[in-house]
Amino acid sequence: MNFPIISALILLPAIGSLFLFFSRSNNEKNTTIKYVALFTSLVNFLLSIYLWLLFDQVSSEFQFVEDREWLAGFVNYKVGIDGISILFIILTTFITPLCIISVNNTIKIRLRDFLIAILIMESFMIGVFCSLDLVVFYLFFEAGLIPMFLIVGIWGGTRRIYSAFKFFLYTLLGSVLMLVAIISIYWISGTTDVVKLYELGIDAKYQNLLWLAFFSSFAVKTPMWPVHTWLPDAHVEAPTAGSVLLAAILLKMAGYGFIRFSLGLFPIASELFTPLIYVLSVIAIIFTSLIALMQEDMKKLIAYSSVAHMGFVTLGIFTIQQQGIEGSIIQMISHGLVSAALFLCVGVVYDRMHSRLITTYGGIVTIIPKYSVLFMIFALASLGLPGTSGFIGEFLILMGAFKDNFLVAVVASLGVILGAAYILWLYKRVVFGELVNKDLEKMKDLNRSEYFILISLAIPIIFFGFYPEPLFNTIEVSVNNLISMYNLNLINK
Amino acid sequence: MENLHFVLPEIFLSLSIMFLLILGVFKKDSSILIHNISLIVLLISAVIIFNEIIEIEKIYLFNGSIVIDYLSSFMKIITLLAAFIVLAISKSYLKIIKILKIEYPILILSSILGMMIMISSNDLIVFYMGLELQSLALYVLATFNRNNLKSSEAGLKYFVLSALSSGLLLYGCSLIYGFSGSTNFDTIAVQLNSNEYALTFGIVFILVGLAFKISAVPFHMWAPDVYEGSPTTVTLFFTMVPKIAALTVFIRFLYVPFLNLIDQWQMILVFLSIASMLFGAIAAIGQTNIKRLIAYSSIGHIGYALAGLASSSNDGIQSSIMYITIYVIMNLGLFSCLLMMKRNNEYYENLEDLSGISKHHPLLSLSLLIILFSLAGIPPLAGFFAKFYIFKAVIEQSMYFLAIVGLLSTVVAAFYYLRIIKIIYFDPEKEKYDQNHSPWLKFSLTFSTILILFYFIFPSQLVEIVSRINII
Repeated sequence: MNFPIISALILLPAIGSLFLFFSRSNNEKNTTIKYVALFTSLVNFLLSIYLWLLFDQVSSEFQFVEDREWLAGFVNYKVGIDGISILFIILTTFITPLCIISVNNTIKIRLRDFLIAILIMESFMIGVFCSLDLVVFYLFFEAGLIPMFLIVGIWGGTRRIYSAFKFFLYTLLGSVLMLVAIISIYWISGTTDVVKLYELGIDAKYQNLLWLAFFSSFAVKTPMWPVHTWLPDAHVEAPTAGSVLLAAILLKMAGYGFIRFSLGLFPIASELFTPLIYVLSVIAIIFTSLIALMQEDMKKLIAYSSVAHMGFVTLGIFTIQQQGIEGSIIQMISHGLVSAALFLCVGVVYDRMHSRLITTYGGIVTIIPKYSVLFMIFALASLGLPGTSGFIGEFLILMGAFKDNFLVAVVASLGVILGAAYILWLYKRVVFGELVNKDLEKMKDLNRSEYFILISLAIPIIFFGFYPEPLFNTIEVSVNNLISMYNLNLINK
Repeated sequence: MENLHFVLPEIFLSLSIMFLLILGVFKKDSSILIHNISLIVLLISAVIIFNEIIEIEKIYLFNGSIVIDYLSSFMKIITLLAAFIVLAISKSYLKIIKILKIEYPILILSSILGMMIMISSNDLIVFYMGLELQSLALYVLATFNRNNLKSSEAGLKYFVLSALSSGLLLYGCSLIYGFSGSTNFDTIAVQLNSNEYALTFGIVFILVGLAFKISAVPFHMWAPDVYEGSPTTVTLFFTMVPKIAALTVFIRFLYVPFLNLIDQWQMILVFLSIASMLFGAIAAIGQTNIKRLIAYSSIGHIGYALAGLASSSNDGIQSSIMYITIYVIMNLGLFSCLLMMKRNNEYYENLEDLSGISKHHPLLSLSLLIILFSLAGIPPLAGFFAKFYIFKAVIEQSMYFLAIVGLLSTVVAAFYYLRIIKIIYFDPEKEKYDQNHSPWLKFSLTFSTILILFYFIFPSQLVEIVSRINII
């Protein structure tokens, strides 16, 4: 394969944004720039699907690897994919066009700049999921802060500035320690190439500190309790498309990082710190679910539910069981789709009523039935109803957890009940009940683009709920390989 | 005599200064002409170095008191080019605030001459001579807008404090001479007796003097006032050019004669570095004047450059040379933006004047955005790589404390850079600024923005050039 397909995936959105930058947007409707952005992201989506088809599911090696000299004699620009990263890439390329379609209704000012930010963001996010060098990974991981800061800060709600700053500084603070760790790894092992590091392993005496440094970055990004407080703020203030990107993809970077780096590079430390992760995950699941129950702002409720769901993810990853890790990956993909859909659902009613408060609504089922049905599907998927993708992930995670630690699994299972409680209660209060607020009667049901977006999210949620086989086939070999390598490294040391 | 052509740029520069002085005296209204000639002089000097001298690995001249090597050639080229751009964008600014006089380019040229002597010096006396030549010119430059109270204050303050530091420095020189019997760096290195505590005192005094010149904490007090009071283009000159020269002297002075005394001065350097990084980051938060803010930010940046030096390896030296180079480029862009904030022949320099400019000036604010994120050290911009190499060198020497403090202060510093971005992008807009900028200004802004933005595509180029500089 000579064509650098991965670099093409990374670069294409950036090139598209360059086009946007030089295009003129004088007319009111900005149709041209929207189509340019949409076209770019759709091409990227097709390219990633094509990549999935080309992808060899039985090989445990990294595929489509590109290795170019970059920082001379020190860091190579190395990208490549395995079964785990391909799914996240497709999630990214799938969500981005939907975000771009959704701006029709939500973004009123500086549309062109917004689309540029979204496309640049896409480039960086794809870069995160396929970089095979720590420095390259760090570069993409951090670079994503810039567009996200602007998305929250320029197009956000009333407290946008506070939220944007909080988001930026929290994440930066977490990440600088990771930079120290990455440079230290270079001096310890002589390379930052992930594949080589997998083979070499890292000296046991350094692992704990390095693991903690990586953890500080990923924990903020995941976000894990107690450093999750930036997330509700950022979510609430971000515009709908921003919340979608944040929930669907940005949070997954950390989960991916845990699998790829924490488990892969520091098995001994991971073994040591598993209890820590368990405790934090369980607290996140129970505690933030309880907080979610109390929320009056819909977006905030979904934001807290994201923290809880990511608690399941971290729990699953550190079970180091086949089921647990596979479950986490599927949970991340599923949460990417479901949380995106839920934020879009909130966005739909917000655009009409300009309120995110749950008390504003109630009894809208008769007024906007299509919306109510779709919202129900996503709510059910979020609580993990069998037949939706949410079920499979959660079920596998709990299965893995039961194998590893009975107590943790029991407590985490309670979280499933709480999860059902807050999301159903939300649904009940918003959709059913008495129609008190008379303004709601003027609400229009979903327009074409909204309908299209929500349907295209509902299809994979239900499809993978009944038939998760393609996902399993893709990740199985890579996860197997990861676990066997993990155990091997554990024995060797 | 045959050695003279190695110092051709210096000779050429000094002859030009004399010629321009005479020209200025005898020809009326010649300020624009002199300005243009000075530009050409700077360019020619850079070209001479680039063509003739850059290949020289190491050569001593004049009884070992001058050294020409990669380090000096590289730093001289950076100095000359930076001065060139400063001078080029000064013209329209000086014209508008009505101080376009013949002295300005001549003073810049003389301070550049002083710096070139400093950069090449391998002897305490030569070094001091160069230092004084540049300082005297800088005092006058600081007070160049003499009708402005703040400018006069700046010049006076700079003069008094700088004279004090020169005194300390000279005292250090005499101590070192007294206890080693020579002023030549190499001879000192040979005759060094590390048991002499007076030598350590000498080093400390000289370090204080140098730290003053690069405004490292705790010798930074003059910087905010002087930067704020001086005319903006002079401030631009202050923030970059003298620091390049002083940093070179730092490198040469510490690593040639006193490499063996590293235990004595490394701690001082680490302290200077940590104090500058932290103080620069924290003190900048409360500022409302952009020039003052840049003063604090430049204090912080010098801290990072010193962190590279403190790591006592060739990697560290190279990384801090790279840092200062990238810093110069970023600063050029930042000041170009500042010089574009002009309305009805009046310049604005407060943070609130930036409020909402992204509405009317999308390109200007995009450049500022890129430059500020780069100054904050966010990848994939050039500023990140600068910091990255510094920390790579620092961690190589297992100086984790320095690295972690440095990185944490980047987070603090990120806050005030973000605050500027917030003002530009999130705050309500104000009146438009003028759009008719001089082509040089546009050039320097575009040039620095593009370099910063696309640095990541070819990050090895600068490394390769700098990697030829091996001092230890």
